[in-house]
Amino acid sequence: MNGNYFINLMIVAITSSLVSNVVLSQFLGLCPFLGVSKKVKTASGMGAAVIFVITLSSLVAGVVYKFILTPLHITYLKTIVFILIIAALVQFVELFLKKFVKPLYEALGVYLPLITTNCAVLGVAINNVNDGYDILTGVVNGFATAAGFAIAIIILAGIREKMEYNDIPKPFRGMPIVLVTAGLMAIAFCGFAGLI
Amino acid sequence: MKSCIERLFNGIIKENPTFVLTLGMCPTLAVTTSAINGLGMGLSTMVVLALSNLIISALRKVIPDKVRIPSYIVIVASLVTVVGLLMEAYVPGLYASLGIYIDLIVVNCIILGRAESYASKNKMLPSLFDGIGMGLGFTFALTLIGAVREFFGNASIFGLTGPKVYGTSIPVLLVELVNKIFNPDSSSAFVRGLGDFFTGEFASFSPIGILVMAPGAFFVLAILTAIQNVIKAKGEAKGKDMSKIQSGCSSDCMSCHESGCSRRLVEPEKTEAKKTEEVKEAVTEAEKPAEEVSEAKTETVEAAGTQDVKSGKEDE
Repeated sequence: MNGNYFINLMIVAITSSLVSNVVLSQFLGLCPFLGVSKKVKTASGMGAAVIFVITLSSLVAGVVYKFILTPLHITYLKTIVFILIIAALVQFVELFLKKFVKPLYEALGVYLPLITTNCAVLGVAINNVNDGYDILTGVVNGFATAAGFAIAIIILAGIREKMEYNDIPKPFRGMPIVLVTAGLMAIAFCGFAGLI
Repeated sequence: MKSCIERLFNGIIKENPTFVLTLGMCPTLAVTTSAINGLGMGLSTMVVLALSNLIISALRKVIPDKVRIPSYIVIVASLVTVVGLLMEAYVPGLYASLGIYIDLIVVNCIILGRAESYASKNKMLPSLFDGIGMGLGFTFALTLIGAVREFFGNASIFGLTGPKVYGTSIPVLLVELVNKIFNPDSSSAFVRGLGDFFTGEFASFSPIGILVMAPGAFFVLAILTAIQNVIKAKGEAKGKDMSKIQSGCSSDCMSCHESGCSRRLVEPEKTEAKKTEEVKEAVTEAEKPAEEVSEAKTETVEAAGTQDVKSGKEDE
């Protein structure tokens, strides 16, 4: 493991967490981004659960792709395999946490079913394969993408908490003003484009 | 056959997945940077949706109830793989520009939603047409949004700039006209805009580039949902049933029990679902007496009113 490899990892991490943010520039995981961002507390719980699941699923998907799909020459089945892996994994993680790691289950349990097949999870697994990342880079990419999701959803939740008291034109109350906020955040995140 | 046409109409207009139900927003926002992308994405989703509805409807008596969601996912994922490979072979340019979103058709909530709510309960032919109708509605919506974004953001539609007028293409002229009208620092902007339109002076032309970038997608969707809100409010004021609008997925995820959304492999939530049903029943039961009371009240009031009128008449 040389220095170049490490620098490459850093670049992948910054790119997928900030520059091409998963929600704000790739539009993956939009439903939980809009649906679980009313309060900072639930938003951070959701963010943590997403980080946990995406990191784990990109590891498992990477291992399965490298050691099962590639040797058998059935890489074209990746979509089917990945979606089933992710769905089964989340179910398994939920049962495992419930049985053995009670505190973590109490913190994340509510959010796990919401991300069973959140498109960001599948999106990261497929992106890792399409971009030809090895397993470690894939895991770093997964973690960074999920961290980007957490950053975006927590910021949005913070703004939404403040927005409760604002006088918003009637047609824009509810979802539209949240979308406008998200659009302004997306403009702000465009500023990271010069980072790499 | 009548029901099939009804399904088509239902999918395209009455329950349009994008404009009415607000479903499947991730691909809607991501691929509508141009009209052709929207059309391609809509059509490939339609193929998957129609075939998955057909297959699921054919297998509805074979698939055990407990593992139906994973079975649906496998069927949909297989179809998505087939469509993806076909697109890669025959329309590689479009496939490259849609990228990862073709694979992500698997997790589009429209598809599992239709499988769960229609195909698993109905015969094959209506299910097929339901899929085609919903797919056409989705295609129509994506193409329209894509065309609007491309028009204002890139001054073209389907990549075409159209016939030229005064050496400038028509979309450019129209965008520039809109720019001129909304230009705040000119006192008679509209008149000047019209004047420029006829003399053809558009030296300072630049389209609203942000609309084809990521933030523009959010703004377009914001305007769309705002329009939905207005229509919903107006309809409700008239006393129409507007519950369908935005019923897809715009509410709170934490209280969402849609199995097509927070879907699970098996359903350990049976007990919870039963509980909520019980609660619902209890609530409706609790509401019933209140309604009866209020009805009774209105009846008595009405009766009193008629009596008053009668007594008044008698007095006369």
